[in-house]
Amino acid sequence: MGKTLLQKVWDLHTVRPLSTGQTQLFIGLHLIHEVTTPQAFDMLRARGIGVAFPDRTFGTTDHIIPTLDQVRPFQDTLAEAMLSALERNCAEYDIPLWNLDSDRQGIVHVIGPELGLTQPGMTIACGDSHTSTHGALGAVAFGIGTSQVRDVLASQSLAFDPLKVRRIAVNGTLDNGVFAKDVILEIIHRLGVQGGVGHAYEYGGTAVDQMSIDERLTICNMSIEGGARVGYVNPDQTTFDYLRGRPFAPQGDAFDRAVSWWRSIASDADAEYDDVVDIAATEIEPRVTWGINPEQSVGVSQRIPGPGAAGSNGAVAEALEFMGLSGGMPIKGTKVDVAFVGSCTNSRLSDLREAARIAKGQRVASHVKALVVPGSQAVLAAAEREGLDQVFRDAGFEWRGAGCSMCLAMNPDRLEGNQMCASSSNRNFKGRQGSPTGRTLLMSPAMVAAAALAGEVADVRDIVQRRE
Amino acid sequence: MSNRAVDRIEGSALPLRGDNIDTDRIIPARFLKAITFDGLGDHVFEDDRAAMPHHPFSNPAYQQARIILANDNFGSGSSREHAPQALKRWGIDACLGESFSEIFRGNALAIGLPCATASPDDIARLMDLVENTPATPLALSLSERSVTVDGQPVGIDVEDHVRDAFLTGTWDATGLLLDDFDVVRGVASRVPYIRGF
Repeated sequence: MGKTLLQKVWDLHTVRPLSTGQTQLFIGLHLIHEVTTPQAFDMLRARGIGVAFPDRTFGTTDHIIPTLDQVRPFQDTLAEAMLSALERNCAEYDIPLWNLDSDRQGIVHVIGPELGLTQPGMTIACGDSHTSTHGALGAVAFGIGTSQVRDVLASQSLAFDPLKVRRIAVNGTLDNGVFAKDVILEIIHRLGVQGGVGHAYEYGGTAVDQMSIDERLTICNMSIEGGARVGYVNPDQTTFDYLRGRPFAPQGDAFDRAVSWWRSIASDADAEYDDVVDIAATEIEPRVTWGINPEQSVGVSQRIPGPGAAGSNGAVAEALEFMGLSGGMPIKGTKVDVAFVGSCTNSRLSDLREAARIAKGQRVASHVKALVVPGSQAVLAAAEREGLDQVFRDAGFEWRGAGCSMCLAMNPDRLEGNQMCASSSNRNFKGRQGSPTGRTLLMSPAMVAAAALAGEVADVRDIVQRRE
Repeated sequence: MSNRAVDRIEGSALPLRGDNIDTDRIIPARFLKAITFDGLGDHVFEDDRAAMPHHPFSNPAYQQARIILANDNFGSGSSREHAPQALKRWGIDACLGESFSEIFRGNALAIGLPCATASPDDIARLMDLVENTPATPLALSLSERSVTVDGQPVGIDVEDHVRDAFLTGTWDATGLLLDDFDVVRGVASRVPYIRGF
């Protein structure tokens, strides 16, 4: 019987089984940012413990970064204190930091793959739940809390419960206008926001095989929204082609040797899974969330469920009340006030290209505030080389600096009052985008662009077809 | 590294109804903008409390509560340890729910806040009870895997390793992970991407 990638990576990184039934795993790559680490370094200092492998930890800054005025010190003194703490801690412990003055700075889950730090067969940890993103390259990546950040700094290892593996096979071809974002929203809708608890999700099938790394990153990113702490795609030629030549990828002959190892850690054809789910790609349409968790979504041609929906236990009614939406109404035509293209889910070059393709030569509706926030300085520069910034500006979008921005609104970009936001981010939780009464509709970047133009939720397929 | 052992948590309980209560609701992101966890207890469920005047965390009857009663998938979403930190700093010493998200449960363990589960029926019964009589004393015992109300024990679930960690005061993992550091170095020297391809 063959093994899954998860089992192979797990076995390779096992330090020792613990008497508790957990396994102590070596962490190959640790990524840090300003929000979840200052307390971890303070705990280390208080205990007189050093950083075990400073060359296996890399820092950047993303969550609190203003996307307009980045002059230091920041006007927001709390944000300034956080970045200063990160600078101090990285300097004290010899940890590389890509700060605002570096062309490598960006959202931690964008720059890891971009720099080739993220590689197949690695174990990765970061104090952020969207660390699952890195699984797109065949890594096993865990989101962790601050005390665990401390533990990785101290010991380069963590204790984990065993994980089951659910293979999710998406077979067939996606319709024009249907994207990786729609696939993961469909998966979460079907399996639920806690369907993945205790599991790693292995994504495969012909639709995933055909996807670019950017698209796979989008899918793995939202594994945690389905309750799965870990999500991954087996490494293949697409993965190797993506990594070749990146700064931290192996170079020259070492790259070819790495490829043969990377191939070997993919799940075996006869691997045994704890569960298998099949999804037909042709059944997926562009999806939009209507509620307050990422499972609450419908296809753009569908209607919002009614408050008495079966098995909803009052959750639908609560969501509809918060969202100010009526059950039974079509989701299409829902008015939006803000449009946000960005976040670790959908802020890569291909995401911006898809949104720009829709926006090109059009105008954002007069009542909509629309912003595009690239995921990294590298994405920003590449987009500007292609003239995407001008396409967006001409259409009435604001073009901003790189960071997490309005995904969680720890910087000045936030919703006001009960604004409704078409967003390419990952969470539609109450208050997520910075206003306690602000409302989020999750969708693909192309769908966000379409909503920005129409001033309401629109079907991006209509625009694509009209132009063909 | 040895910490305070935890077995029995006795006190009143606070009913927090609803499935999938996420960590953004427990502690909104704007309160993460700090370099310590100090003061987080003041902002527990701040936005939910503003929206719901009768929120249990605002209700004077529950201000002494030490145990949270929760429904399904409590603590989903963000990995922010600030969520269990805020609950603990408010005065919560144990969470009893139908289920918890994985990262929240791990973060809670790391700071010495046990999360135990009970059946949906038992949770519903306990919630009704403390809604009717907020001062009802509960005694949650990790060693006995039970919560006792009015002399009647109700079974609760806690994973073996979590229970042992609390009972022996070893819930802070740093010491355990550093126990055999040569082995960690050994793994580092064998993984191909560190050893070199």
